Amino acid sequence: MQRRDFLSAGALAASGALLTSRLSFANTSADGKARFVFVILRGALDGLAAVPPYGDRDYASLRRDLALSSENVLPISDVFGLHPSLVFLKESFSARELVVFHAIASPYRDRSHFDGQDVLENGYVRPHAAQSGWLNRALVAMPDRRVSTKEVGVALGQNIPLVMRGPAAVTSWSPSKLAALDEDTLERITDLYAGDPLLAKRLADALAADAIAAAPGVNMESVAKNGGAPGARYTEVVHAAAEFLRRDDGPKVAVFDTTGWDTHANEGSAQGQLAARLAALDAGLRSLKEQLGPVWADTAVLLATEFGRTAAINGTRGTDHGTAAAAFLIGGAVRGGRVIADWPGLSGRTLYQGRDLMPTQDLRSVLKGVLEEHLSVPSRELDTVVFPDSGAAKALRGLVRT
Amino acid sequence: MLEKLDSGIAVNRFGLGARPGELGTLVGDGRDWLRAQLKDPPPQLSDSRLRSSSDILVEALALRKEIRQSRQAAALETAAGPQLPALMKVPQLLRPVYIEEATARFRQAVATDRPFVERLTQFWTNHFAVSVDKNLVLGLAGSLEREAIRPHVLGNFGDMLLAVERHPAMLLYLDNHLSVGPNSKAARNVERRHVERKVGINENLAREALELHTLGVGGGYSQTDVTTFAKVITGWSIGGEQGRRPQGEPGKFMFRVELHEPGAKVVLGRRYPDTGYDQGVAVLRDLARNPSTARFIATKLARHFIADDPPSKAIERIAQAFGASGGYLPAVYGALIDSPDAWAEPLAKYKTPSDYIVSSYRGLEIPADGGRAPLAPFDLLGQRPYSPGSPAGWPDRSADWDGASALMKRIEWADAVGQRVGNRRDAAQLAPQLLGETLTSATRTAVARASSGAQAVTLLLAAPEFMRR
Repeated sequence: MQRRDFLSAGALAASGALLTSRLSFANTSADGKARFVFVILRGALDGLAAVPPYGDRDYASLRRDLALSSENVLPISDVFGLHPSLVFLKESFSARELVVFHAIASPYRDRSHFDGQDVLENGYVRPHAAQSGWLNRALVAMPDRRVSTKEVGVALGQNIPLVMRGPAAVTSWSPSKLAALDEDTLERITDLYAGDPLLAKRLADALAADAIAAAPGVNMESVAKNGGAPGARYTEVVHAAAEFLRRDDGPKVAVFDTTGWDTHANEGSAQGQLAARLAALDAGLRSLKEQLGPVWADTAVLLATEFGRTAAINGTRGTDHGTAAAAFLIGGAVRGGRVIADWPGLSGRTLYQGRDLMPTQDLRSVLKGVLEEHLSVPSRELDTVVFPDSGAAKALRGLVRT
Repeated sequence: MLEKLDSGIAVNRFGLGARPGELGTLVGDGRDWLRAQLKDPPPQLSDSRLRSSSDILVEALALRKEIRQSRQAAALETAAGPQLPALMKVPQLLRPVYIEEATARFRQAVATDRPFVERLTQFWTNHFAVSVDKNLVLGLAGSLEREAIRPHVLGNFGDMLLAVERHPAMLLYLDNHLSVGPNSKAARNVERRHVERKVGINENLAREALELHTLGVGGGYSQTDVTTFAKVITGWSIGGEQGRRPQGEPGKFMFRVELHEPGAKVVLGRRYPDTGYDQGVAVLRDLARNPSTARFIATKLARHFIADDPPSKAIERIAQAFGASGGYLPAVYGALIDSPDAWAEPLAKYKTPSDYIVSSYRGLEIPADGGRAPLAPFDLLGQRPYSPGSPAGWPDRSADWDGASALMKRIEWADAVGQRVGNRRDAAQLAPQLLGETLTSATRTAVARASSGAQAVTLLLAAPEFMRR
């Protein structure tokens, strides 16, 4: 198979008919309706299992008995398929609401999870280069929009992940199993925090989030009820994200993470460990769509991981830390039904350092394109403040309906 | 002024939070109180119900085998045949073990009169983190701490490192028991049988041992070092039935020579002759003495005890002591205690949820194992014991723990604690005993003017100076 056999962004832009037919849609970004969700897949998702290149001539021999074939993949082109667990993603692809990226990576080129996640979140070229994240800095640069809460961003979880930390007002929310405080005690604690800027800010943010969660029409009770059961956390988080995002006066940007993608041993194939996790991820996205209702049309969800895994399986029927991976952009606002990949192939020569899928796309190009066209973040800011030293990673435009 | 703060810093930052009266027992310098705790051998958990990792593992593996056999038997039955009795699943067997382990450790943290040693134990457990979300680790995380960390917490780093890397919990958590040398006897046998299945190395433990346990990322190792070190420790496995292979002592560390990649190997530029098991020991010994390791450990200790972004002077001092003493930990802790930076700024660290819960229980003298679900507070506040979710352990910076929702959970929990013990505790009297000189007049006043005993306790636990250490 030849490189550049596949739909690249350039090739797609050339087939302009599809693009223009969407232009009549409301400009979601300018009127402040656009919603954006960033999902961090922590642990290094195996892109070659989630989006198997079943048409690549070297793929089956690298993956041996874990290889997926045309028999069991959900095909999205004559080369790429989706893992059989990703049923909703396949439906979304067919409905032109999913873009699949392959051979994509952040600028990070080593193989530490923790540094890789740091780069994925900080938006710089190097780990530990900043205490703030690209998404927060993008929120600062977003044009003023008429929202009644000052928190434009929410992290679903008790704490705020690095990608969402920084100068912009954001909050975090997670369901509580404890009784709410009485007003008097809460007031006294607010007074007590008057001299402590950090705690005062956090408490105010928490109260703002709780106010939304308690508003009429919001059904957080069922969110909390699901807690406790193993695996329920993800369901809970998705539900909470939907409850926040579907409100006109709520946050417009949400972030959450999922873990358990570090499949060093017994990864499985069409069935098994990874298959079960992918199925849960897929089901969560389906329920996000269902719960968002009409707001789904204004929504773009980006799923990315810190790096990919080795092209070949290791000695324990798993895969070790690698480099390029796959990423997904899904939602009603997405101009989908496409695979965007500059496929490097999987022959020994073309593997990165002889072992990993070669990165041929910069994840920052995708992020820039989405932030610019979906959230109206000025490109000048994207090139400087949001993603410093990213001049070479040009924004990939045309990913969302504008 | 600094002198006065010393005892508060000693009990709160270096310890696990004051118990009532504890501050009063500190005569003179807080440093002396800390040094005194390092003298005797480290305390071990005394709960007689706690079992060895090998006992637990043998039982779990036996159950696993039984389940497999019953599945095979069921497959032979006809569809209409009798149903076999349902067997207990492995997590059901291990969950009570986990709860006993975590509760025993919690009890120790709340009751100990050597809280500095207990905090150090927790620090090392987090440094050599395993996470109970991975199958058998649920039953073994506690025993890793008891068997590999506690005995060495006042000993030598190199000994602790070796004990950890050999422990079944770590071998299982990072998959090393499955790793096979590509030219080992076992691999050649597989080849001879023309089995399609490929066997080979798994580099998980080797990578994390370099990145997280010793040198640290950027500590001077390459991908080749990772792969070679993985080959060095092929064969580091666990005894027990494995087909026709030698069994060894079930549930205990076993060097399986048939899995070991033969030959001399070069790691970090140094050649190690093929001495089987000892090859891995030799590499670990050198890693423990590597200057990058000294610096990495010093930075983590300084971050844990001084500030999120620790001053380089303190890091230098601790790293120097590590190198000069050959990793003798009491000398390393001594350098930490002697760093003026450690005493310069009170309340520089935001408590983790675990710190927050333990210090609340200590301060209010609440027994750790009261109630039906002793670990529930850890779940509620987001730090379930032994479950950091990754081999990097729990993060150690304020921003990782100070989220809005996390703060609200603490306050709600403080409220629940207040309701529970408020009528039996005098928070106004306790406040100076727990917080010493860090107690602010705002907190003192708020606690004194509370509308009830319950509210007073809530305000004390919610106070900014109680959120930090």
